[in-house]
Amino acid sequence: MDITTFTSKRSFLYGLMFLILVLFATLPFCVPPYLVILLTTIFMYVIITLSWTIFSGPTRYISLASAAFFGVGVYTSALLGKTLPLPVVIAAGSLFSFILALCIGLLTLRLRGMYFIIFTFSISELIRHFLLWWETTMTGTVGRWVVIVDHTVVYYVILVIFVLVLLAAYLIRRSRFGLALRSIGEQEEAATHIGINATLVKTITFAISAFFMGATGAIMATKWKYIDPRIAFDPLLSFMPVLMAIFGGTGHLLGPVFGAAVFAYIEEILTTKFPYYYMLLFGSILIVVILFLPHGMVGLVQKWRKEGLRR
Amino acid sequence: MQILEGKNLTKHFGGLAAVHQVDFDIHEGEVVGLIGPNGAGKTTLFNLISGSLPTTGGEIRYKGKKITGLKPDQICKRGIARTFQSAKLFAGMSVFENVLAASLFGTERTISVPDAEREAAELLEFVELSSVREMLARDLAIAHRKRLEVARALATKPDLLMFDEVMAGLNPTEVAQAMELITKIRKKGITIFMIEHVMKAIMNVCDRIIVLHHGSKIAEGTPEEIATSRTVIEVYLGE
Repeated sequence: MDITTFTSKRSFLYGLMFLILVLFATLPFCVPPYLVILLTTIFMYVIITLSWTIFSGPTRYISLASAAFFGVGVYTSALLGKTLPLPVVIAAGSLFSFILALCIGLLTLRLRGMYFIIFTFSISELIRHFLLWWETTMTGTVGRWVVIVDHTVVYYVILVIFVLVLLAAYLIRRSRFGLALRSIGEQEEAATHIGINATLVKTITFAISAFFMGATGAIMATKWKYIDPRIAFDPLLSFMPVLMAIFGGTGHLLGPVFGAAVFAYIEEILTTKFPYYYMLLFGSILIVVILFLPHGMVGLVQKWRKEGLRR
Repeated sequence: MQILEGKNLTKHFGGLAAVHQVDFDIHEGEVVGLIGPNGAGKTTLFNLISGSLPTTGGEIRYKGKKITGLKPDQICKRGIARTFQSAKLFAGMSVFENVLAASLFGTERTISVPDAEREAAELLEFVELSSVREMLARDLAIAHRKRLEVARALATKPDLLMFDEVMAGLNPTEVAQAMELITKIRKKGITIFMIEHVMKAIMNVCDRIIVLHHGSKIAEGTPEEIATSRTVIEVYLGE
C-alpha cells in the first residue's frame, strides 16, 4: 500500500467516525426515548469495557475491580449530587476512582495471574460489604436517593465520556506508553531490565482506566434515582467488561467497542423477549464465541481480510 | 579503571548459600568470563548485579557508586544491560518493536520516537536481523532469538553488558558468528561479563575468567591459568 492510499484511507476513516458521532449526537431529536435510554446503557457498557481494556488488554492483568470504580462514582453522585453541579460531581467521581485505583494498584500490582484477579475481585466485594455494614449499623438507612437528571442530558454526558475514553485508548495504544504496557504483558521481567518502571506504568494505567469508570458511575447513578451498595457495586459489572472484551477481541481498538455494543444489545433483546431463558441463551452464545472465536469478533474480521487478500 | 566491583557479595535462599562472600572486580573494556558447574551460583550472581534479586549481604559498586538496593529499571538506566539464559523476548511483538522498546526506555534521557526508531534499525543492522524486522519474536529460530536479545540489551546503551549463556543451543557455525559479534561489541568500548559453557568460546574471547563453585569464588585468572589450574580441573572433572 503506498502512502497516498494510506492517508486517504485514514482521512476517510476519520470522516466516517465524525459522521457516526454526529449521527449519535442528533439521535435524541428523532427517536423515541426508549431507544435513547437503551443507547445510554449500551454506551455505559462500551465505556467500561473500553476502559477495562486500556489496562487489562495489553498488560494481561485481568482486573475484576471494575465494579469498585464504577460504584465509587455512583456513591459520589449520591452524596454530592444534591449540593454540587453535575460536571463537578462527575469530576469528583472520576477523581475518587482514580485515587482508589492508585491505592489498589500500589497494593496489588505486585501480584500476578490468579492472585491479582482474586485480589481485585475481593477489594470490590470488601468495599460493597463495608458500605452495607456502615449503612446498617452507623447511619441506619440502606440506600440513597439520587438527584434525577433528564435522560437526554445523561445520554450526552455518556457520549462525551465515550469520545474521551476512545481518544485516551487510541492515544495510549499508539504512544510509547502503550509499547511499555505491551512489553509488560509479554515479558514483565525483561521489561524491567530494559528500563521500564513496570510498577509505575501499571499503576498509572490502572488509575486512568478507573477514572473513566468512575465518571460513568457518577452519571449513571442519576438515571437510577435510587441506589444502594448492592446496585452500585454489583459484582456482575466486574465480569461484564471481561466477557465483552473477549467477545469483541482485544487485538484492535474497536474490538471492545463492538463487543460491548453487540453484547449489551443481545442482552437487552434476550431479557425483553425471552425473560425466562435469557441466562441460558446468553451462556450458550458466550460458550460458542469463546470456543470458536479465540480472538473475538475483531479476530474474525481480521482473518477474513487476510484470507481475502490471499485469494 | 574498575567499572564493576563486588565486595563480600552474599545471597542465601533459606539455608542454601547460592552466592557466598564473593569478591570480584571488572575493569573497563574487559571481557570477563564467569564459569562453574551447574548450580554454582552464576545466574544468581547476575541476578544480584542486575537487581532481579535483593542481596543478603555485601555491596556492588558500579562506576564507584553503590547500586545494591536499586530496582532493575534503575540499574538498566545506569548503564548495565543483560540477556537471559532462556531468551525472554516480547514474543508477541515484532523484532523491531522489541528493540524499539529498549531504545525508548533504556536510558535516562528522553529520546524522540523517530530517533529511537533510527537507533533500533541501526542495531538490527548491527546484529544482522534487518531482514526479519517485521517478524514476530516468537517465530524466530534460536540463533536469531539470542541475537535479538543482544540487540535489545544494546539498545539500552550499556557500558557493561552481561550475557547469560548467549551461545547455549547454537551450532558450531552460529557459535563462531556469536564470537564475532562479541568482538564487534567489544570494539564499541562496551565491557562484557559473560556466563558461558562453550569452553572454546570462553577461552578465545575472554581476557580474564572467574570460576564459581558452590557459591564461592574458587579461582580467577587468564584463560591459560584457568585451563591449567588444578582446583578448576578437580571441580569440573572430579578428583
